[in-house]
Amino acid sequence: MILASLRVESAELEQRTGWSLKPEGACKEDRCVLLPADGGGDGAIDARVLAERLGMPLVHDAANGLWCLGPESGGRALTSARAPELTLPALDGTPFGLSSLRGTKVLLLAWSSW
Amino acid sequence: MVRPWIEAANPEHPSLIDQAHLVDELFGIVNVPSGVWIDEAGMIVRPPETAYPKRPYFLDRETPSDATPRLASRVAEGRKLRVEPEKYVAALRDWVAHGSDSRFALSPEEVVRRSRPRPMEEATAAAHFELGQHFHRLGRGDDAVRHFRMAHQLQPDNWTYKRQAWSLVDPDQGPTELYESDWLSDVQKIGAENYYPRLEM
Repeated sequence: MILASLRVESAELEQRTGWSLKPEGACKEDRCVLLPADGGGDGAIDARVLAERLGMPLVHDAANGLWCLGPESGGRALTSARAPELTLPALDGTPFGLSSLRGTKVLLLAWSSW
Repeated sequence: MVRPWIEAANPEHPSLIDQAHLVDELFGIVNVPSGVWIDEAGMIVRPPETAYPKRPYFLDRETPSDATPRLASRVAEGRKLRVEPEKYVAALRDWVAHGSDSRFALSPEEVVRRSRPRPMEEATAAAHFELGQHFHRLGRGDDAVRHFRMAHQLQPDNWTYKRQAWSLVDPDQGPTELYESDWLSDVQKIGAENYYPRLEM
């Protein structure tokens, strides 16, 4: 998740990583991780707090004034068998959500032209 | 880059563009083609694995008579890649017919266990790759290469990170001054038969 500041908006965090900010901490499915009382508020949180508490890398490109918060580490690429939400554009730019296919079997096939 | 293929195939299924390689980050995909099976309830029943739908052209490719030594080597390595389309497609058809009763549908615990480990180095590679793609789209080649190189260093067995970066410089993914490695050298280093892991159906 590319950031122009260290403030991570709750909605963007949830959409991208599945982690949501709740009174009890950062939660994803049945897991919650405590957050410091001064770690966020106002529907946002400091990326450094998330990085430290969730084991996410925070890469800083100082020359360009950008950060990138990577995925949580320490376990497996899939932390659960529940398919993560994935929203990507079609050729015409229309966003398509993987979860819109609930109720049918899905083969997600990743390919490239190279 | 993929537009001509999608338009020519004109598929009935959605074809989506993943510029940031989110499927690498979210599912642990590191090479293509990779397939993930998701059931009607949104549960993954097979994590990413090599997913050729049919015998690929490169297994039967003849070396062109005017091939350079590098192209000849590349064609030869391509013929040695291990792909198992019959096995994969048969398993997929079984799951489509039998759902959770299919012996190829894995338990949630097994799905997680079979997905790739995600140490901090590989999570950091994902962040660098995303920055690389971001700068590439902005036309900032130097910044893109710097982050792509970091991603390659941190997760050397992620072929999509490498092939994406190489192909932006040379469509044939040959050696360039920007990267330490190239497709042919890396495949020869690991052995072509190890490029795609054997399917564990």
